[in-house]
Amino acid sequence: MTLPAIAVRNLVKRYGDTAVLHGIDLDIPPGQVSCLIGPSGSGKSTLLRCMAFLEEATSGVITVDGEDLGFSESPSGQRERIPPATNRAIRSRIGMVFQQFNLWPHMTALGNVSEALRTVHKMSRTDAEARAMAQLVKVGLEARAGHYPAQLSGGQQQRVAIARALALKPKIMLFDEPTSSLDPELTGEVLNVMRDLAAEGMTMVVVSHEIGFAATVGSRISFLDQGRLLFSGPPSEVFGKPRHPRLEQFLDTYLDRGASMLA
Amino acid sequence: MSFDVNVILAQLPAILSGAGVTLLLWIAGTIGGATVGFLVAVGRRYGGRILGWPLGLAVEVLRGTPFLIQIFLLYYGGPFIGLALDPVPAGLLGLTIYGAAYFSEIFRAGFAAVPRGHIEAAECVGLSPSQIVRRILLPEMTVLVLPPAINMAVILMKETAILSIITVPELTLTVSAIGSQQYAFVESLFLLAVFYWVLVEVTDKLGRYAEHRLSRYRFSPT
Repeated sequence: MTLPAIAVRNLVKRYGDTAVLHGIDLDIPPGQVSCLIGPSGSGKSTLLRCMAFLEEATSGVITVDGEDLGFSESPSGQRERIPPATNRAIRSRIGMVFQQFNLWPHMTALGNVSEALRTVHKMSRTDAEARAMAQLVKVGLEARAGHYPAQLSGGQQQRVAIARALALKPKIMLFDEPTSSLDPELTGEVLNVMRDLAAEGMTMVVVSHEIGFAATVGSRISFLDQGRLLFSGPPSEVFGKPRHPRLEQFLDTYLDRGASMLA
Repeated sequence: MSFDVNVILAQLPAILSGAGVTLLLWIAGTIGGATVGFLVAVGRRYGGRILGWPLGLAVEVLRGTPFLIQIFLLYYGGPFIGLALDPVPAGLLGLTIYGAAYFSEIFRAGFAAVPRGHIEAAECVGLSPSQIVRRILLPEMTVLVLPPAINMAVILMKETAILSIITVPELTLTVSAIGSQQYAFVESLFLLAVFYWVLVEVTDKLGRYAEHRLSRYRFSPT
């Protein structure tokens, strides 16, 4: 079996006394699209944010290409922090796309995409902007390179955010509800970019309420509920009948919302 | 008795000298106050409890007491703790400390107003903490704090008049002295009001212009 791109082992996340993840085990296979679905508050976004090291897990281990992210854990459960520089290098293999786009408002689209190339990777302005422009072409926004985020539609902002992550040539892309703040038309243009990316063989982890996207583009579907991974499998298995009763109940709420093809 | 401002304006060189002192104190006090205020805000944000608590207390005391009292205490009380300053340095120091307390609150709010997600996005693409402050936090914050910072600068401009009570030879002291000598009290006060108002208007216009220039960097409210 090939090494998973990301492996999550017995991951627990607690905020005070409230546990939001109760010991998650999950493998993200390379070159595939893994979708995390589940009701609000199920912990899917928290799990994704742990993979991006935006949240520190309470216990458990996440490895990226076999290397520990954030913390290493000895067999006795002793946790040790990975040195910041090493951790940044491991994190740089991962690109992240947010629900709220999170573009920097004081930079143009081109500036947003080229920023890390210049400040982190010390590329010259010319080289960084050439590479950034190539990414903007890829998401179909070369004509908007000089625009500020406030001058772009939500869909365009999200495509710039995807280009910003891709410019660093990540091996894995994480998407945290990338279309949840977009209307259906703008959702379409973002999902198209993600489909292209999937077709190129990018390893992707997508938290989404777009069940249709998960069913058609996803290679693995993982269903979370109340901080537990209830099951994982290919879409045909997860959405095919008979279904897990909790998933059935969850999907019922989607029948009116474009997932009727699964009924 | 008639209303004749020419009695005052006849002493233009003295007035200009007073205006110069006012402008100088104001500009230096604003820059000093903003700088110290920024450092205080940074200290309170990143300094932990050891730094944050005393800084917070100092800010509260300074915001909770009148500038008049502070400047009296500094100038007349300073010598008791070995801080005997001439009027101008005392005035500048007082203005800086007073301004710093308010500016620190403006910057604190500015830091807090930069969305957490913008910082997370920067972490994700590998920016170091100092790069995040320089490249993301500061520029974003500048746009957000500009209107309240200009407002604070306007307030400081008017507070310089209070420095006349510790005999700083600024505009208010100069003009009201001329007024007393010439028995032209109303004229002197009228001229002072006009002068401060014009300066405030100019400052405001410059501030509006800067805001307008920076407005395109604001993120859309969506």
